[in-house]
Amino acid sequence: MSNIPSELKYVASHEWIRVEGDGTVTIGVTDHAQDLLGDVVFVELPEVGAEVAMGDESGVVESVKAASDIYAPLSGEVVEVNEELEDSPELVNSDPYADGWFFKLKLSDQDELNELLDAEAYNDLCESEA
Amino acid sequence: MGNKTALYDKHQEMGAKLVDFGGWDMPIHYGSQVDEHHKVRQEAGMFDVSHMTVVDVTGTDAKEYLRYLLANDVAKLQQKGKAMYSGMLNEDAGVIDDLIVYLMTEPGVAGEWFRVVVNCATREKDLRWMSDQTASFDDVALTEQPDLAMVAVQGPKALELAKQSVSESRATLIDQLSVFQGLESEGWFIARTGYTGEDGLEIMLPEDEVADFWQALADAGVSPCGLGARDTLRLEAGMNLYGADMDETVSPLAANMGWTIAWEPQERIFIGREALQAKKEAGISEKLVGLVMESRGVLRAHQKVVVSGVGEGEITSGTFSPTLGCAIAMARVPSATADQAEVDIRGKLVPVRVIRPSFVRNGKKVFD
Repeated sequence: MSNIPSELKYVASHEWIRVEGDGTVTIGVTDHAQDLLGDVVFVELPEVGAEVAMGDESGVVESVKAASDIYAPLSGEVVEVNEELEDSPELVNSDPYADGWFFKLKLSDQDELNELLDAEAYNDLCESEA
Repeated sequence: MGNKTALYDKHQEMGAKLVDFGGWDMPIHYGSQVDEHHKVRQEAGMFDVSHMTVVDVTGTDAKEYLRYLLANDVAKLQQKGKAMYSGMLNEDAGVIDDLIVYLMTEPGVAGEWFRVVVNCATREKDLRWMSDQTASFDDVALTEQPDLAMVAVQGPKALELAKQSVSESRATLIDQLSVFQGLESEGWFIARTGYTGEDGLEIMLPEDEVADFWQALADAGVSPCGLGARDTLRLEAGMNLYGADMDETVSPLAANMGWTIAWEPQERIFIGREALQAKKEAGISEKLVGLVMESRGVLRAHQKVVVSGVGEGEITSGTFSPTLGCAIAMARVPSATADQAEVDIRGKLVPVRVIRPSFVRNGKKVFD
């Protein structure tokens, strides 16, 4: 079974969200998603300063097997991207919830947080897809 | 659930992720496809290829039958155990399958026979076709060998580590094998062939012995590798994958298989010869080439290739090359394509270099 930390929030497109408490969130893909993707070889991230809306395509993860879009799980401004991924895309596989993070958003609508899944709901979703 | 090879329990024990492959539950990787790829290029890896179809061809007409069935000419096999790569064509010169054929005896002796290894995904149509073609011959028998397991051990250390994992007489045999030759030892057929671009062996042995052999190889330091790494390795080596790079709608001349067609002697009739000759005379409009993309991203099968001023083509196999650290592909493009093209990646045209379809051999980059 894949690792689903209880302190994080999730969306059905397999991104995780960490609410930082200062109006920003950190976003990455789940352990389940990286396992499905296989070895990640490139990550294309949005530009810092870009405005994204919930559900927008905001990047691409390319694994040896397939290309997969990254969707913005919330709306806001991109304030930081994980530049480590340029040279070490394999961090997405080895450490999806920490060093393998993708980008940080400054939220434009805090209410959207209510739409996210908790760990239990995300776990149920993964099991229903299996 | 699909068919299981005799190594199924070993795969589970070694942490394989299993996927369906032509009706078989096969390992795609044991953790990391890229790590397994590097193991084969740098040391040694082993693959369960027991799903492949082995057919023995016997009878006094065996040789003449194969000379008719295959585009390459088995009469060129002049040493016991020598192997040959060939296409098996239909009357229209489309590729029914590609295969390896081994001469199992001394050439020309009474009882001369051959072993053919074809793809698993095409097994049924191949067997039907091969069986149909025996009708014009008095004495030829086809015997499938479903009880043989097959393990490929590949990489610069493959021979050395395989020798440590087998009996003394088999180790001696491994020492004697030339490249592209396979011989029998104590009920095992050991061949110096493969699908990775590295030195190595493909070993066919009874199913009930394969788990112990697999474990012995693992104990000697050979890494288990899945079909994922097998695909990136063969693509780097520029080896075709049936169903991706060619099929029944594609002429071998448009699939970089021209070298496998034995036009001489001219009096040899083989299936597809006439159609092939006509295509050759009409001029071949397409060719299979290699693509290298230096920018970020990964080339994928079915992406469109745009050749400025010439026309369009399509990627037949694409991947990220772990050895080169960039994307590579095989593509079918107009024959007039020179050394530059562009690939449509999600609506964006990205420049690629066009080269001969061969990227890595024996651990080294093979193009400039």
